[in-house]
Amino acid sequence: MTTKPIPKIRFERVGMTFPVRAPRGARARISSGARDPARSPAGAGFTALEDIELDIADGEFTVLVGPSGCGKSTLLDLLGGLALPTSGRVLLDGEPVTGPGRDRGTVFQQYALLPWRTARGNVEFGLEAAGVPRRERAERAGEFLSLVGLDGFGDRHPHELSGGMRQRVAIARSLAYDPDVLLMDEPFGALDAQTRESLQDELLRVWQRTRKTVVFITHSIDEAVLLGQRVAVLTSRPGRVKEVVPIALGDGRADIRAGGGRADNDLAGGGRSGDVPSGDDRTGGGRGGVEDPRSTPEFARHRHRIWELLHDEVSRAQELEREAVAL
Amino acid sequence: MSAGAALTDAPAPETAAAERHGGTAPRVTGPRGPGPARRLLGLVGGLVGGLVGGVLRRTAAVLALLALWEAAPRLGFVDRIFLPPFSEVAVAWWELLADGQLLDDARASLVRSATGFGLAVLVAVPLGLLIGWYRPVAELLGPLLEVFRNTAALALLPVFVLLLGIGETSKVSIVLYACTWPVLLNTISAVRTVDPTLLKLARSVNLPPWRLFQRVILPASVPAVFTGIRLAGAVAILVLVAAEMVGAKAGLGFLINNSQFNFAIPQMYAGILTVSLIGVAFNQLLVALERRFTSWRTSG
Ligand SMILES: Nc1ncnc2c1ncn2[C@@H]1O[C@H](COP(=O)(O)OP(=O)(O)OP(=O)(O)O)[C@@H](O)[C@H]1O
Ligand SMILES: [Mg+2]
Repeated sequence: MTTKPIPKIRFERVGMTFPVRAPRGARARISSGARDPARSPAGAGFTALEDIELDIADGEFTVLVGPSGCGKSTLLDLLGGLALPTSGRVLLDGEPVTGPGRDRGTVFQQYALLPWRTARGNVEFGLEAAGVPRRERAERAGEFLSLVGLDGFGDRHPHELSGGMRQRVAIARSLAYDPDVLLMDEPFGALDAQTRESLQDELLRVWQRTRKTVVFITHSIDEAVLLGQRVAVLTSRPGRVKEVVPIALGDGRADIRAGGGRADNDLAGGGRSGDVPSGDDRTGGGRGGVEDPRSTPEFARHRHRIWELLHDEVSRAQELEREAVAL
Repeated sequence: MSAGAALTDAPAPETAAAERHGGTAPRVTGPRGPGPARRLLGLVGGLVGGLVGGVLRRTAAVLALLALWEAAPRLGFVDRIFLPPFSEVAVAWWELLADGQLLDDARASLVRSATGFGLAVLVAVPLGLLIGWYRPVAELLGPLLEVFRNTAALALLPVFVLLLGIGETSKVSIVLYACTWPVLLNTISAVRTVDPTLLKLARSVNLPPWRLFQRVILPASVPAVFTGIRLAGAVAILVLVAAEMVGAKAGLGFLINNSQFNFAIPQMYAGILTVSLIGVAFNQLLVALERRFTSWRTSG
């Protein structure tokens, strides 16, 4: 983590400007997602990202946070090769990203499940594209469905699943074909607190086991601090990296790790995997003296730091919106 | 209506059987009392009641219309020469059926409309997929297709007759023509409105174009394509009947027109009834097919 010869992922002065055709139509379209930017003159295009500089090391868990509409999903699209930046370069293993590839797996914000396929069929989708033989496909789909707690739901179609279950199917799909890099766009957004925590644990476990590079978007500061080795805070429109906060949960973590029975790993790791349902319900905390990492002063400090960074941006974003409406 | 009658009749023997069963049950299961048997009886009764109720609810409006049709001429609200009571029409229908004329005409009409409709589906679905897939083609052809769609097929009937004569060819052709547009346009828009996030997903796993088409575009388009096919089904019959009224020697359109010409008014209504029965049946068939192909939308 300390020396990074070639970063796994590098954003080099990356900018993304969406073409805006007719100003009126564009305004209508943009306003559905986020409001018209005060700074972008009509007709000149809509700048979603500007001068993004960010290095991500191999095997690192990076979390992106930022106000709604600041360009997080756009950033992930660039990384996934689903769009090309209008300026700068996105490098993967030192090579510019020119298109999508199965070395990167994406959990889309909108789940993107095929409605005519069952949960199992959806998980198999990525495996089919990868040319995995049928038997193995079924096996792996089952394995990953059970990983996300969907045993017995394999034959259901998306419309027969709850929002959170759909999200879990999407997560299982992205994990199943074992990409090097996991791109996750608010993957736990629709989950209840309990499921969310168990999936956070599961994700950390998968991450530790496979050493995948993870880029994770969330709106939850707690989740960011809990999961990330580093948290990149983006500014409101146009999105830039405001600050990258390294998360070191301090010495308290050693106890947690020991308690969780996980003696491995650097920074981010093991202790959090041993984490049991937290928050108010910590009665089960007796499991080997596991402590809720959220209760440590380090956690609170990081949480507050990110909150501060975000707070300014969110109020600025709201201001921008108000201006746009007034115009 | 015959289907309705069959449905209401059918449960009767079952009820009788259940009653017989219920009658003997208390003696057999004496110590335990009549509980189970009565429950069974209640269950069957409820089932029959529900079934009859359901059929009644679904056919009530139709039955009311038929009753009105029967009563209005008899009570002198309308001239019974021009609108004979339903019972007279039913008798005429039966006679036409018995002497085979109705079957001949229905067969002629069905063959024509099915041929035109089938050809239209065979041509328009692949064509629509192709046009929808190649965006520039869709943009190029869009306005032209709009013009064709908005030109009433029947307005072109004389043109078809001029070019293809009054034989089978012109009739099948006009059905083919009229059925093509709804199927084609729905298919094109189905392809073009596939959920973009699904396309994004397909691209993210590097699905090659052919697989993308087969695994994503095609299944995603099925519901909208079927909407077009159902529209075409209705159009097929509509257009055919009209075509048969202009120079034909058989077919339901001919039957209707010819009966009117010969002042065989009950026969005319019998023909009209047959057309609507066929229309309803055809639509039901298409709905059932659609359900089969899009079962993922309703059930597992
Ligand atoms: N295809 C597009 N054309 C035009 N503008 C776009 C397009 N995609 C995104 N945008 C705009 O770019 C900005 C960033 O969008 P993006 O989806 O990346 O935001 P986000 O940070 O993921 O927001 P959220 O947290 O709400 O998901 C938004 O203002 C959006 O309106
Ligand atoms: Mg987003």
